[in-house]
Amino acid sequence: MVDFWEGYALPTVIIVAQIMVVVGPLLIAVAYLTYFERKVIGAMQMRKGPNVVGPFGLLQPFADAVKLMMKETILPSGSNKIIFIMAPMLTFILSLVAWSVIPFGEGLVISDINVGILYLFAISSLGVYGVIMAGWASNSKYPFIGALRSAAQMVSYEVSMGLVIITVLMCVGSLNLSDIVMAQKGEYGMFNWYAFPLLPMFVVFFISILAETNRSPFDLPEGESELVAGFMVEYSSMSFALFFLGEYANMILMSAMAAILFLGGWLPPVDIAPFNWVPGPVWFSLKIAFVLFCFLWVRATFPRFRYDQLMRLGWKVFLPFTLFWVILTAGVLVGFDLLPAAQ
Amino acid sequence: MIVQALVFYVFATISIASAIMVISSRNPVHSVLFLILCFFNAAGLFVLMGAEFLAMILVVVYVGAVAVLFLFVVMMLDINIEKARQGLKQHLILGGSIGLVLLVELVLILSSTFASPEAVAVASVPIPNIDVVHNTRALGQVLYTKYVYLFQACGMILLVAMIGAIVLTLRKREGVRKQVISDQVNRTREESVEIKKVTSGSGI
Repeated sequence: MVDFWEGYALPTVIIVAQIMVVVGPLLIAVAYLTYFERKVIGAMQMRKGPNVVGPFGLLQPFADAVKLMMKETILPSGSNKIIFIMAPMLTFILSLVAWSVIPFGEGLVISDINVGILYLFAISSLGVYGVIMAGWASNSKYPFIGALRSAAQMVSYEVSMGLVIITVLMCVGSLNLSDIVMAQKGEYGMFNWYAFPLLPMFVVFFISILAETNRSPFDLPEGESELVAGFMVEYSSMSFALFFLGEYANMILMSAMAAILFLGGWLPPVDIAPFNWVPGPVWFSLKIAFVLFCFLWVRATFPRFRYDQLMRLGWKVFLPFTLFWVILTAGVLVGFDLLPAAQ
Repeated sequence: MIVQALVFYVFATISIASAIMVISSRNPVHSVLFLILCFFNAAGLFVLMGAEFLAMILVVVYVGAVAVLFLFVVMMLDINIEKARQGLKQHLILGGSIGLVLLVELVLILSSTFASPEAVAVASVPIPNIDVVHNTRALGQVLYTKYVYLFQACGMILLVAMIGAIVLTLRKREGVRKQVISDQVNRTREESVEIKKVTSGSGI
């Protein structure tokens, strides 16, 4: 009995507790990201944004959630029921499971696996299935067109994202996310972060994660002016809410990825007294918030891309450019003898 | 250990069950989705064997890219499953014999310990101990040194296949208007704007 408790039950309890500690704040962050988005875009368009429900409109996300839960879940009669229901669940689950490898601070990670970055890349590449399945199962024109667009878009931008990740990995010499953050620690503080030496790659990565999460200006799968709401046309109530939550959780996840790869993860920008008193997770959250702000800033600023322009950007601009930078970085690392030592 | 064994049986059962569903389900889209489930469970089995790099690459390449395109194509096709089933008896002999050959080969590989012990020794040479080097590094150490020619040959085959696919599907159509961004950017005021004096009431 003691063996059972110490060998199986206790680790399970600890893991479940860790998952709760990550997922709870994540869901609250998702709720307040929608609020943040409306406030930021409101401010950029010289409006007030939500300001009626609660002080400063702070209860607005909960009002929205309750509204969505109260609505009727509609299953179109021509749809493929099982896949139709599975699609939003898949989107939401995938946006949560990826958080298991994200390091929030030194040693603050649920699962510190060797191939962490590949795991993240794999999970983010699965996100397309939620969209395709939803589009196909709806058995309707607009969702199907939205799904096809999304499939082509996500597959295209993954290629350049992969090459960006390879560039960073060459500088680090490890696939472990904690190692990637620690490799950015140095005497120059924030100038050691890869955002500075690899600035063009950071820009490409940022644009690629906009496309990967189907955010504006690459929100063609939704494209409300032409496709009504793209793959989400037939969804209502909680199934719609799951897509919505999944999309925003994915945004936060991709921002976390950007923070880890390019903005030094949990490291303080300057490694001196008042800054390194602040705990790592706080710096990490601030960096995620910064990237998220850029997401919203882009949304408030740019018009939507046309579909052929989107494909051109992905295949004819980003792919050759990132390929060139991979070779250049490799050349510099070998030429100046900067390759990371074997561990 | 019992958890590991349990997880192994879960992955193995689901992957075999979904593999059977791939060939038996009536809807081709369901088949592809089951194929994806099968890939995913195979990746889980790789993780259990300690080959986490292979597992992740399997998910990224096959599930994340290849199967998406598969699904893409299958969804666009209008496949009549009953029609496809009609020729079952004629193709049974050919298909069955291919399946049999594959089965025999797989059994030979698995039983190579008895058939030729030397082959096993050769195969296990480049694998360093998992405690010394983790498998991503171990793969890298042999892939670009010992097997570099084979690696390059694989790359060449893929490149040729890619060029072949493009050549086969490329068709030049007349009268298609394409956006040339450099032309648009290089437009000058002189060639695009003309100022005219218009007297009121007459038009241009």
